[in-house]
Parts: sequence; C-alpha cells; structure tokens
Amino acid sequence: MAEEIKVDDTVDITDVVCPVTFVKAKVALEELEDGQVLSIRMNDGEPVQNVPRSIKDEGHQILKLLDNQDGTYNLIVRKAGEE
Amino acid sequence: MADKIDYGTLKKGGFMRQKQKGYFSLRLGIVGGQVTAEQLAAVTDVANTFGHGYIHLTARQGIEIPFINIKDINAVKAALAKGGIAPGVCGPRVRTVTACQGSAVCPNACIDTTTIAQELNDRYFGKELPHKFKFGVTGCQNNCLKAEENDFGIKGGLEVVWEKDKCISCGVCEKACRTNAITMKNGEITIDYDKCNRCGRCAYACPADAYDTTEGYYVYFGGLFGNTVSRGIPVVPFIKDRETLFRVCDAALNYFRENALPGERFKFTLDRLGVDGLKEKVMEAYHG
Repeated sequence: MAEEIKVDDTVDITDVVCPVTFVKAKVALEELEDGQVLSIRMNDGEPVQNVPRSIKDEGHQILKLLDNQDGTYNLIVRKAGEE
Repeated sequence: MADKIDYGTLKKGGFMRQKQKGYFSLRLGIVGGQVTAEQLAAVTDVANTFGHGYIHLTARQGIEIPFINIKDINAVKAALAKGGIAPGVCGPRVRTVTACQGSAVCPNACIDTTTIAQELNDRYFGKELPHKFKFGVTGCQNNCLKAEENDFGIKGGLEVVWEKDKCISCGVCEKACRTNAITMKNGEITIDYDKCNRCGRCAYACPADAYDTTEGYYVYFGGLFGNTVSRGIPVVPFIKDRETLFRVCDAALNYFRENALPGERFKFTLDRLGVDGLKEKVMEAYHG
C-alpha cells in the first residue's frame, strides 16, 4: 500500500499554475537520486488531470495518487534514471 | 487570347476569379494541411514569378496564390507540377479534406488523421455533387480541427477496457477523466460507458498501461459554417474500424448525391427530408 512506501522528499505545487506545476515537479525530481520517491502535492482540477500523465511521459514510475480530502492530492512518484 | 474564357471550368480547377479583371487567385490542392518543403518552394517560385510575391492561407488549410494572370495559367500549372503540387477545386464537389496533425505527431490524438485524410482525398476529392461537400478529420475530443463544421466530420476516439491484472489501483485515471465516467472503489475500476467520451485520457495517463484501447471514429453529418451556421449531427454510433468508416462515408455521399436538390447543402437536405432516410442508409453501411 502507498502508506507503506517510504517517501524521500516532498514538493508542493499547489501555489503555481500550469505549466509551472509540471516544471516545479520536474525540478524536484531532478534533485533526487534514481529510485527515490517524491510526493507531489497538487490541486484538484487541471493539475491532477494533467500532471500525472506528464510525469509518466517523462518516464517516471507513478505509484499512487492519494486524496487528501482537502481539495489536494499527493502523487507518489519513483524517480526513473536516464534511459 | 482569342478563346472565350470558361470561368466555370477555371473555377473547378481552383482558379478563383478576382475583382481585378483577368486575374485569378489560384487555389492549390492540399490534403490534411500537409505541405512539403518541395511544394512550398514551387509555390514560392510561382508567387514570385507570376503572382505578387505572397500567398493567402485559406480558412480550410488551403493555399491560394493571388494575382495569377489568365494568360499564365499553363505556365503556372507546369511550374507547380515540378514541385509536386496542383490546383485544387471549388464549386459543387468534394472540397479540400482538412485534418489536424493526428497521432503521427500529437500526444492527444487517438487516430492517424493524416492517412485518413489522404484516403478520403484519394476516394472522393473533386467528386461532382449537388453542392460543395467538406470533409474534416480531427484526432480527438479536443477537436482542434472542428469536425462538426463539416458536411462530414470525423473525430477520433479510443474505446477503453480496464485490465484488472495490470492495474496498480493508483487512482490517476479517475482524476484524468473529464466526464466522471471512471470510479475506483476498493481498488476496482468501473467505467460508465454512457458518460465516456472516448477521449483516451485515462489510458494515456495510466502508469501501468492497464487499459486496452481500440481506435475509432465519431462521425457528424451536415455541418456548415457560412451564411448559415449549423453543427453536424451524430447519426451512427462510435465506429470501430476503418472499413466501416469508409462504408459510412460512401453511404452518406451517395445519399447526398441522390437526394439533394441542385445547390442544396447537406444540412438543408436533412432539414427538408428529415434524418431518417440518411440514418437508414448509414446504419446499413455501419452494420456492413
């Protein structure tokens, strides 16, 4: 379960709008080592509709989307190495 | 030139008469908005040599070269042919087939609009009909190409089926869906196919590729966007293969040819006769 996944770092992208949401998440991922896990806090609506797909398209592994029940979600992502 | 000028034939061949006596704006034959660099070079050459050094981009992905003199028509055609491009058409026939870039390039597109536009063009371009007839092909629900503006509009979609064994129950698809067709309960996905608009966003977002997808087509009939503005209407269900799509195209064009009055756009034929006659024909085609 996602609750058991060890999260190495967190980033909050609820304070920015598209396309900076994805950029901020991408920068946070770049600061991690391959295989480490990032929790990305994002708003409902456009960010949660689009950011997960962008992260996937970058090649990272999405593990879980957690509903914080406050209009935000945490996307749990494992960083993938450069191919 | 002593010969009488046949403006009807010229117009059919894409030469649009200008206000300026003896001059034409030459419409080119372009399919799905794709123009090669070689074609562009020939167009540039003709615009510089015979025109006024510019082109006009039309509302339907066409190129016109204004200020072509009537006496230069044959020379212009020859120069264009060297670059692999020819005059287009106007008048009561199948017009330029338009398309977005589609799945060859666009990450959102569900279908290969370029090859579909080419096939439509090969089958129907210039075909004589009671009035103009426009095809447009758009790759997905984003509808960049405005499918419903056309006499026959095609919109790509993806039919999705959830694959439980691959699913990691992350919940991303439920949020990616814009029509609230997906619900996840205890890790199980349910899709409400009445709400699903086949945009494909769930499948694209899924990190585990847990959706099996089938490309398909929504089609719309009788759209137009000129003196009258009217949105094309859906008559057949979502089409899941290309053979059926083209059977439906054939049936719709035949219906229009056989039932429209001269000078009557498809929409007005449908208004006058009702949609049932068309529906019968295209549903026959739909079922093969």
